[in-house]
Amino acid sequence: MLDSKVIVNHILVPKHEIMSKKESKAFLESNGLKKDQLPRILREDPVVKAIKAKKGDIIKITRNSPTAGKAVYYRMVY
Amino acid sequence: MKGETTKKIDSIEFGILDPDTIRKMSQIRVVIPDTYDEDGYPIEGGLMDLHMGVIDPGLRCKTCGGRMATCPGHFGHIELVRPVIHIGYIKMIYSLLKTTCRSCGRLLLPTDQIQTYKKLITESGELPEEQELDVISQAKKVSKCPHCGKKQEKIKLIKPMTFYEGERRLLPSDIRRRMELIPDKDLRLLGIDPKKARPEWAILTVLPVPPVTARPSITLETGERSEDDLTHKLVDILRINQRLRDNISAGAPQLIIEDLWDLLQYHVTTYFNNEVSGIPPARHRSGRPLKTLAQRLKGKEGRFRYNLSGKRVNFSARTVISPDPNISINEVGVPREIAEELTVPEEITEWNINHAKDYIKRTEYPRAIYLIRPDGRRKKITDMNREEILQELAPGYVIERQLKDDDIVLFNRQPSLHRVSMMCHLVKVLPGRTFRLHPAVCKPYNADFDGDEMNMHVLQTEEAKAEALTLMLVQNQIISPRYGAPIIKGDEDIVSGGYLLTKKGTAFDKRIAEKILIKAGIKKMPSPDIGNNYSGKLLFSMLLPSTLNLEYRSLLCRDCEKCVGSKCPYDAYVKIKRGKLVSGVIDKVSLQGILLDTIFRQYGPEEAKEFLNKSTRLLLASTMHQGFSVSVEDTRISKEAQQEIKAIIADARQEVNRIIKDYNEGRLKKLPGKTLRETMEDMIMAILGKARKDAGDVAANYLSDYNPIIIMSRVGARGSLLNVTQMSAMVGQQAVRGKRIMRGYRNKSLPYFKEGEMGIEARGFVSSSFMEGLTPTEYFFHAMGGREALVDKGIRTAKSGYMQRRLVNALQDIVARKDGTVRDSDDVIVQYKYGEDGTDPMKCHGDYAVRLETKTYVEEKDRDEINIEDEGDDYD
Repeated sequence: MLDSKVIVNHILVPKHEIMSKKESKAFLESNGLKKDQLPRILREDPVVKAIKAKKGDIIKITRNSPTAGKAVYYRMVY
Repeated sequence: MKGETTKKIDSIEFGILDPDTIRKMSQIRVVIPDTYDEDGYPIEGGLMDLHMGVIDPGLRCKTCGGRMATCPGHFGHIELVRPVIHIGYIKMIYSLLKTTCRSCGRLLLPTDQIQTYKKLITESGELPEEQELDVISQAKKVSKCPHCGKKQEKIKLIKPMTFYEGERRLLPSDIRRRMELIPDKDLRLLGIDPKKARPEWAILTVLPVPPVTARPSITLETGERSEDDLTHKLVDILRINQRLRDNISAGAPQLIIEDLWDLLQYHVTTYFNNEVSGIPPARHRSGRPLKTLAQRLKGKEGRFRYNLSGKRVNFSARTVISPDPNISINEVGVPREIAEELTVPEEITEWNINHAKDYIKRTEYPRAIYLIRPDGRRKKITDMNREEILQELAPGYVIERQLKDDDIVLFNRQPSLHRVSMMCHLVKVLPGRTFRLHPAVCKPYNADFDGDEMNMHVLQTEEAKAEALTLMLVQNQIISPRYGAPIIKGDEDIVSGGYLLTKKGTAFDKRIAEKILIKAGIKKMPSPDIGNNYSGKLLFSMLLPSTLNLEYRSLLCRDCEKCVGSKCPYDAYVKIKRGKLVSGVIDKVSLQGILLDTIFRQYGPEEAKEFLNKSTRLLLASTMHQGFSVSVEDTRISKEAQQEIKAIIADARQEVNRIIKDYNEGRLKKLPGKTLRETMEDMIMAILGKARKDAGDVAANYLSDYNPIIIMSRVGARGSLLNVTQMSAMVGQQAVRGKRIMRGYRNKSLPYFKEGEMGIEARGFVSSSFMEGLTPTEYFFHAMGGREALVDKGIRTAKSGYMQRRLVNALQDIVARKDGTVRDSDDVIVQYKYGEDGTDPMKCHGDYAVRLETKTYVEEKDRDEINIEDEGDDYD
């Protein structure tokens, strides 16, 4: 299996961060969302395993976008 | 909507009908393989028995007492003398036979293994699919039953539906007995819920007979009855069933019984599915294959795709389309005959009651056809009842009047690939039998006039009209939502006309200037600017809003080192000052890009619509006064030019020969990642490509600036420099699969050449032009390249069509919400911000992007760079 550092630092892998309990709650509340309305990401996803996220965690993904500069995306580990 | 409850489907269950249920469902046991007696009365106990519903007027259902319209139909059943296999479950039966014991019926796995798998069963009572497959593949291999110790034999399925155990044939009754043996507790592990689908039910002992309403017979004009295909098949089944019964009770030999049994199996199988591979389809007397149960549901013409996903509508019309530049872009010319047939409902209020009465009084074209009373009853307005209706008419009534000018309709051309394939137009009733549309809207519909037909739908409710008017009206669609540039625009002749009118030296006397302007509907006459004459630029300025200021470069721009602005010697610098065209020519850049775009954004859709309408008429009128035509002679180039092109070809040939020589003598250096041969081919292709380009430039230079072909290609009306090159200079290298031609013979492309020849002529280089004509070998090479282009195009459209279908099915319920998010029908987020940048390309302009939710411009610092395609020609 690939070293987690290799995965996380790969040029094609965008930045994944686990949100803290507090951050997650604030994010859900401010957007009026319930947890089950978030897009999912598999527990087996290589990046999820590499950053050691657990089921139910919300992951913040920051991607570079040619039109928006930075695009932020949130997914729940499923 | 109020009062409507929405229900959500939680789950769907599929099972097999068991014989007892079939009997309980049944209203009658069908025994007689016939339908009607001599008097045309349904035979009792026959396939049209009145217990199964009525399809004849005047009769009553013997089950529910309903008449033709009220009785929904009821099931009957046939008792099969011998069981037969249901063809749809053949795979399940095969797998069960292989995985269970032939003697005790248990799953062929040891008890402990069964227990471990049982633990994996989820709350829903199912074993996950992966494990289920494990169970099957493991149990298949077992040769001795771990439960009773019996040795297992190999089961073979001879397609389509005969089973063998070793050498012995397994009859359906044997198989049924085995299925009965399998205990419920083992079935779970094989993916079967024994409550809903005991495996023995897959072997039929009773056959349900669908209600007569599901297989109605039709009466032909001759009075003859013609039965439905399903009825025909059921007759066959009943007949063989009876013969089998007779033979068994007469004690016929086993061989004969088995033959009849197989025949029964055949009929039951084709009754379910007449396209089972390996058995001949049952045919009608005429030789047409019967359409049985599976055929009713399957495929494009089946129940799902034909009747459920696709429905037919009223208030629509279809006919051939033809162009009319004199109507507005948001109008559609409707033939009088169609307008008389289609109707629009108009609700009567106290304010329009007199207006409505006028329609009712009329006996000629725009008249009212129907009256709808407040209770919903509808009455045809005739000469007999006209006076009565006029008396009766009051607010709350609705009249249906014929279609007339300015009614709101939707106009559509298939395939409807994007939103602008269906737009809202206003009706313009015209003489003739074709729909007329403005040439500028051809592009979004992808329409031409070589026989294309289009559909029109008349909107029937106020809500629909309001919605169509705001969302789908033609002038609101001028900018493409895909790349943010105009998609509704004048092209071809209109662009040539723009150049001809606005180029230096175009001027008209008063009489002609008036004529041209009035065609565009401009009634104000400017004062002459060249002596007593009017310049083309002045006439064109009449189309522009008086406050417009704009400066840009046209297609004629030659990218000079130092731009002199509006003093440009080629008149390529367009300058519009306070609505006056000061310098520059109007070409594609103006008519299809910057100018139209700016008018749309600064002055709105209405102004842009007027610009398109007026410019079309003005430019076509001026072109007709000036004259513009093309002849074959316009492709002919001078002797000197021909000499020059010959020299270019000779040089290229020499260079290619040198490379071939280098290659043969091993002096060529390989390029990275390429073989030596590929390196050579690349170099040759590059040389020949350059040769064609040079030849094209020579031809274009020698052709006069007044040459219509040159004009058209330069101003972007039609044709490219490549087209000019191929017509006048040379056609160039032909390619198949991106390579020089090399196929069909061993080491040569045509029999005419030597084996292994690599020179330019031997590999598909066409040095003639279309004007000169091609040599026979060139002609063949050209046909080979052309064939590939044609095949590619066909494959591309077929593939992209299928892709489109799947994409639309996947995306159809996804919605961009007001809060900027994109969600599916369960409110689950798909994107947190529409397109990840929250911009609407339709509202982005040049370097400015627009925020979807607030419709304000995005701040400079918030974006890196916004790429907007300026060309829309590449969509399929």
